[in-house]
Amino acid sequence: MSIFVNNNTRLLVQGITGKEGQFHTRQCVTYGTGVVAGVTPGKGGQKMDEIPVFNTVKEAVEKTGANCSMIFVPPSFAADAIMEAADAGIALIVVITEGIPVIDMMKVKNYIAGKKSRIIGPNCPGIITPGECKVGIMPGHIHKPGGPVGVVSRSGTLTYEVVHQLTQKGIGQTTCIGIGGDPVNGTNFIDCLDAFQKDKDTKGIVMVGEIGGTAEEEASDFISKNVTKPVVGFIAGLTAPPGRRMGHAGAIISGKSGTAQGKIAAMKKGGIHICDNLGVLGELCVSVFDHA
Amino acid sequence: MKIHEYQAKELFKKYDIPVPSGGVAFNPEEAGKIATALGGFPVVVKAQIHAGGRGKGGGVKIAGSLDEAKALAKKIIGMSLVTHQTGPEGRLVKKVLVEQGLNIQKELYLGIIPDRASAKIVIMASEAGGMDIEEVAEKTPEKIIKIFVDPLAGIYPYHCRDAAFGLNLSGGAVKEFSAMLKNLYSLFVDFDCSLLEINPLVITAEGSVIALDAKINFDDNALFRHKEITGYRDTDEEDPLEVEASKFNLNYIKMDGNVGNMVNGAGLAMATMDIIKLAGAEPANFLDVGGGASAEMVENGFRIILGDKNVKGIFINIFGGILRCDVLAEGVVQAARKTGMNVPVVIRMEGTNVEAGRKILSESGLNLITAVDLQDAAQKVAKIVRV
Repeated sequence: MSIFVNNNTRLLVQGITGKEGQFHTRQCVTYGTGVVAGVTPGKGGQKMDEIPVFNTVKEAVEKTGANCSMIFVPPSFAADAIMEAADAGIALIVVITEGIPVIDMMKVKNYIAGKKSRIIGPNCPGIITPGECKVGIMPGHIHKPGGPVGVVSRSGTLTYEVVHQLTQKGIGQTTCIGIGGDPVNGTNFIDCLDAFQKDKDTKGIVMVGEIGGTAEEEASDFISKNVTKPVVGFIAGLTAPPGRRMGHAGAIISGKSGTAQGKIAAMKKGGIHICDNLGVLGELCVSVFDHA
Repeated sequence: MKIHEYQAKELFKKYDIPVPSGGVAFNPEEAGKIATALGGFPVVVKAQIHAGGRGKGGGVKIAGSLDEAKALAKKIIGMSLVTHQTGPEGRLVKKVLVEQGLNIQKELYLGIIPDRASAKIVIMASEAGGMDIEEVAEKTPEKIIKIFVDPLAGIYPYHCRDAAFGLNLSGGAVKEFSAMLKNLYSLFVDFDCSLLEINPLVITAEGSVIALDAKINFDDNALFRHKEITGYRDTDEEDPLEVEASKFNLNYIKMDGNVGNMVNGAGLAMATMDIIKLAGAEPANFLDVGGGASAEMVENGFRIILGDKNVKGIFINIFGGILRCDVLAEGVVQAARKTGMNVPVVIRMEGTNVEAGRKILSESGLNLITAVDLQDAAQKVAKIVRV
């Protein structure tokens, strides 16, 4: 079992003919993901390797039965691409694009409210169910299939670090999700925690947060009320200065809100096993999950 | 991106948001001319820096005469203004805004920000104007009115009425305030602001609504569609090394420690700073070279880190995913040779082609210290800077 993506995922890539789109599509195909279509307006009828390219998402869905989209289009066109995918009935929309204006994402989020689509991202590495399906830009080989741990994170390479340590310690993963480093995103921590809690093969969860916003605080509250599986948590940014954007648009301490200290306190209160030192996260997971 | 108060007020004027008459001066003579042209005293002389708390720091003064206005301008221009947002070293003031004094009857707070959780644009208003709004929010949250606007539908008159009556305005001020708020909202969305704040917004004895202060921050991700705004950037307000880094699309923030560090990815970069601190040292910077860092970016990153004279050791932490470790190692070796590396460098690499990468580093003949994992690397670099 897994959450959101698996062997039945039929992937469509928006922006498949661009440099990044091509490269990462091939990486996904190599990993074993069922890539069924690509969309680049004006290039309909062409092929990228063996994958048919269409002008519109609607047409691609009709012809191939795609149910998931991975988006690589540039920031200025991203909102358009996401709404097109939602209107075509795509169930899961994974937005890799970094640098989408906040107001665009706010409009998108309000637009898809009430529709059946789920957005992951933007500005994220994507989602992977090891051994089954990779929808994103993460290196597949660092993952270990078979579970029992689910990973959810706001970060990219920091997630790879966490997954790598788990794999090194012999702990496999059910599904790993990067929800993205932007202030306004689609799927949040709570959505993923809820799904992991309901997934029978997931026995424990690793949650990786960072400074900015209140998503970790809300997630901690949710965990204390709804999650019975053990959760290990890490927060990046203890040394970050206030008022500065730490790379991610969402990673900023404004005034007294969004600090690492506040998040760690909330997570401890929510019963989460806090990892104080990223260097030994793997060891902590062994001790927490082995006794689960 | 941040801009100055006087620049924010220029934008306000374009959107028919009332501001006091005034102008910006770079020296006492100019300040005197502006004060004279305002046609009456008192006038207010306000330091223009990108930091809040200017009044408390002595950067905002009232002048009752022309001589006093010039004297204050002379004192403020060139001063190192220390506020709770500048750090103890303060910020050099290069210009002042000279404005007419107003007959203030009431001070209000008005702010617009995007709300992450609800994905709505939130208007915040309070009768506790002129005060530190964070403090108001913490101690007396009931004094802040919040109005959520769906960005797809936009602002409607009832939103403005909710705010106006919530602020206990009456008479002509309700209409004036509502018109102003509508314009302010338009400005916010038209220019992709990430923060728009007026503190205080004043009601004068004559019943007018006027923005006494103005603060605007912009969404950096949206600057590509606002070329006119990028002209407002004032690099004097930024750290020179950060300005240099921004030329190469490097995400660099200078800090006070002595361990320079270079990392791919923002989350991992923050975590690396944290582990440096945990090992007993202090990070000198945040530097994210991005997921697809090239040899050239690594070289520029090196140069910028070395531009900080406090740096006594460098920690390179790369998790090679799509970026292969052997490619990165080549970049590091080249950069180290070109820049004449004069401080010890600890490298921790993991991920794709890590063995090949480590081999390149060890055979380079350079004084590069390799580490087996994060923990090991942090301890090694901390030990170096301690001696």
